[in-house]
Amino acid sequence: MNLVTIALKSIKQRFLSSSLTALSVSLGVMLMVAVLVINGVVTDLFSPQSFGFNLVVGPKGSDMSLALSSIYRLERSGEPLPYLFYKELQEHPAVEKAVPITIGDLTEQGEFPIVGTVSEFFELDYAYKKPFRVRGSFLKTPWDAVIGSRVAAKNGWDIGSEFKLTHGGVKDHVHEEKFRVVGVLAPTGTPNDRTAFVSIAGFWGISEHEKPLQEAINRLEKFRYTVPQSLRDQAMKQKEPKKADGHGHDHADHAELLDEQKEVTAIFLLTKGDTGFAGAILAGEINEDVRAMAINPVPVMGRLMSLIVGNIRLMLLVLTSVIIAVSAVSIFVSIYNSMSDRRREIGIMRALGARRETVFTIILAESALLCLGGGAIGLLLGHGLVAVASPIIESRSGILINPLAFEPMELVLFPVLLVVGSLIGFLPGLAAYRTDVAAALSE
Amino acid sequence: MSLVLDNLKKSYREPGGGTIPVLNVTRFELKTAEQVALVGSSGGGKTTLLNVIAGITTPDSGRVVIDNIDVTGLNEPSRDRFRALKIGFVFQTFNLLPAFTALENVLLGMCFAGKGTDSHRATDLLTRVGLGHRLHHRPPQLSVGEQQRVAVARALANHPSLLLADEPTASVDIANQNTILDLIRDTCKENNVSLLLVTHAPDIAARFGRIEQLSDFNRPVT
Repeated sequence: MNLVTIALKSIKQRFLSSSLTALSVSLGVMLMVAVLVINGVVTDLFSPQSFGFNLVVGPKGSDMSLALSSIYRLERSGEPLPYLFYKELQEHPAVEKAVPITIGDLTEQGEFPIVGTVSEFFELDYAYKKPFRVRGSFLKTPWDAVIGSRVAAKNGWDIGSEFKLTHGGVKDHVHEEKFRVVGVLAPTGTPNDRTAFVSIAGFWGISEHEKPLQEAINRLEKFRYTVPQSLRDQAMKQKEPKKADGHGHDHADHAELLDEQKEVTAIFLLTKGDTGFAGAILAGEINEDVRAMAINPVPVMGRLMSLIVGNIRLMLLVLTSVIIAVSAVSIFVSIYNSMSDRRREIGIMRALGARRETVFTIILAESALLCLGGGAIGLLLGHGLVAVASPIIESRSGILINPLAFEPMELVLFPVLLVVGSLIGFLPGLAAYRTDVAAALSE
Repeated sequence: MSLVLDNLKKSYREPGGGTIPVLNVTRFELKTAEQVALVGSSGGGKTTLLNVIAGITTPDSGRVVIDNIDVTGLNEPSRDRFRALKIGFVFQTFNLLPAFTALENVLLGMCFAGKGTDSHRATDLLTRVGLGHRLHHRPPQLSVGEQQRVAVARALANHPSLLLADEPTASVDIANQNTILDLIRDTCKENNVSLLLVTHAPDIAARFGRIEQLSDFNRPVT
């Protein structure tokens, strides 16, 4: 028998009111934990220290939009860039590696974003010093696909599975061509987990991805490339009405696309040497040009975090702190109100020899135990809430959230709750401390 | 000598500013292992006297000496500890804590004495008062007579040298009155504990070798 046991007995005696007050703390802590975990995941996702590349090149426009569409696949992409522009950058002396991507389509099943790319994509780390790991192989032939862990799990796909694409995410517009899964990526905790990577050659080979020559010529002219006369002649021929010959889409039917017709959505660049300095120089060079823009995604995402996500996080944390404060007040009211009923109990303890400090400590322990117990339940409920919410968040935003993800801030919660519990228990404890034993016993 | 009251005075303040004298005891003595019945009318200051002896209430003047220690000269924490170690208290309404079992109620007294709890002794005491089979019952699950027996066991838990009993049989039926009275007296005798039992019932007092009328030695001056 010690003071904590006595406090626990006292809590048990007022089980209903104790449970309700602890529950109110639990709910506050639950919301705070959920906010912390989701915030932690979002922060990790959107403010990485570095990517495996240091520049993203895309059409002129919003830098944030380019990062969200090319890296996070959360937005529609802008106007594509000519493949020749990618080739030009690939040859740039400051460039170590250039990886093109095409986006826009979705998997027919599960509606996961499609990224057309080359096998070098997987040579770039997906996060700082974290290389891709694959079961099977990376992209080798035009109709190969490598899928993220989430795609595999949700669609039940594995090596050998075949799938079709919907054009631009339009449900009824399904491309006939099929890609075959040759590799399944190990989980990365990034948007790559919910992406199906297909060979860019296959992506270009899809019949409806073939750009009309005249449009390709217009784009090339806009990008100041010299268009060969033979291509213009071919474009003229294409304008003439075609003879009906059916619309089979066997892979063998596709003629090799001309480089002038190929397009990419964005290009990931890894520069040589000091990536920070060289990247800045190269980005400046590209941005001076009117054709495209280059962004360093780290500061861009940092801006997103500080402008929007950071403020939302702050607002949610303030809100949940207020909820905990309200819970704290309810515990205070509950314990303080119980003091009048407990005067006799305290009087008996004092008559048995309990010192003033002892009864004060018992009340304080009771309050602290209610806060800590409520906090522990809230911690479990918080992770439970994240587990329930994560599929909804994923389907609406594409952000993957691990319900078991632990935030270091969660450790701070308990000392804080202990302090809060002690503060709450102080006044009722003082009332117990000041109890007139003789008067309390005569009640 | 177990208990000496020397020139003890106590009065209460009235809301209007005046005072009501309650105690004025020139001299009162109780020897080691002696058992005394203290008889007095309601409002005569019996409970105040017990509270002053126990150190729960401080007198205006005078001394309370128990086992040669002047309790009135001790500071409050020392008085609390002294009370826990040297004085057992049996109340008219038992004053058991309802959330605790019979065994835990006895252990509570030990807990506050700061000596650590002794479950064997607590069990032994409860067995001796006939509650060996009711150790883990809480007060609401016990009869009135059983509750008072738990109170007696609790009062003896820390080997006190003085047991103060404030109308211990007033709340129990006649059948239980003698049982409880015998229990208190026999247990005190076995443990060499002095007993000061307050009662207003002449038949209860008649069973004691020494009966004191409070009005004989307490003369509050108005």
